[in-house]
Amino acid sequence: MTLPGFPDAAPLAGLAGGVLIGLAAALMLLGIGRIAGVSGIAARATGIADSSLPRISAWAFVIGLPVGALVVLLANGGLPANFASPVYLAIAGLIVGIGTRLGSGCTSGHGVCGMSRFSQRSIVATLTFMVTGFATVAVMNAMGLEVLP
Amino acid sequence: MSGRIVIPALSGSIFGAGLALGGMTDPARVRGFLDIFGDWDPTLAFVMGGAVLVMVVAWQIQPRLTQPMFGGGFNLPGTQDLTPRLIGGSALFGIGWGIAGLCPGPGIAALVIEPVSAAIFVVAMLAGMFLVRLFEGNA
Repeated sequence: MTLPGFPDAAPLAGLAGGVLIGLAAALMLLGIGRIAGVSGIAARATGIADSSLPRISAWAFVIGLPVGALVVLLANGGLPANFASPVYLAIAGLIVGIGTRLGSGCTSGHGVCGMSRFSQRSIVATLTFMVTGFATVAVMNAMGLEVLP
Repeated sequence: MSGRIVIPALSGSIFGAGLALGGMTDPARVRGFLDIFGDWDPTLAFVMGGAVLVMVVAWQIQPRLTQPMFGGGFNLPGTQDLTPRLIGGSALFGIGWGIAGLCPGPGIAALVIEPVSAAIFVVAMLAGMFLVRLFEGNA
């Protein structure tokens, strides 16, 4: 199925993927009483941050992410992957790391778990990173910076 | 045991599968969504919408449970304050997200799809997180 006006969009796959992400986050919440926020869990696993989530649980979650992606990769016989060059990846990673620690979360913690709880903090955080994300791409495009292949 | 390892491993795996299925492990998809003035790709909105819908239901169930199904207690964020730190940090995160089209989850999940590129992003991200800890003493 395609979306009228957006021939490249994948609305059904997107929705299905989103429902899986929601179920995964629901399992963390209702199963062990924690937020499935990837930046926080990654910081916990690596010992960068402390939290009530046992470190072994943080590692289990973090390792699960590529395992789940691998299942889809194999079932699909490949997945599109257009990545930026190493310099852009390093700069972006550094900023994402700093920003998610200062902002206490990312797309999963604030965007998925917090917004669905109608948390004021998460709604403000999500709107903020959406706006700066839009602005960053717009400015880079205006500057003629081609990031992806 | 199941609460400590099996449940988070299962959750992470389902999460990673969802990211890959939804196209979020391809930075071109994510950047396409962020490119609102160009050739906009709304796929990410469907991913976010699907995930939020399921979680809205989960948040209605949560208060009805006296404790989580697989042990432990509920340990959920209780902060309500809108601080400059929250907004500044989120603003920074959005800039990084926009530059490469990657956020933490897809970055880690993509380690099996495009290992070298994803590893560069993830290592830099952890370095950034560590820098915050360094400057703050203990975050």
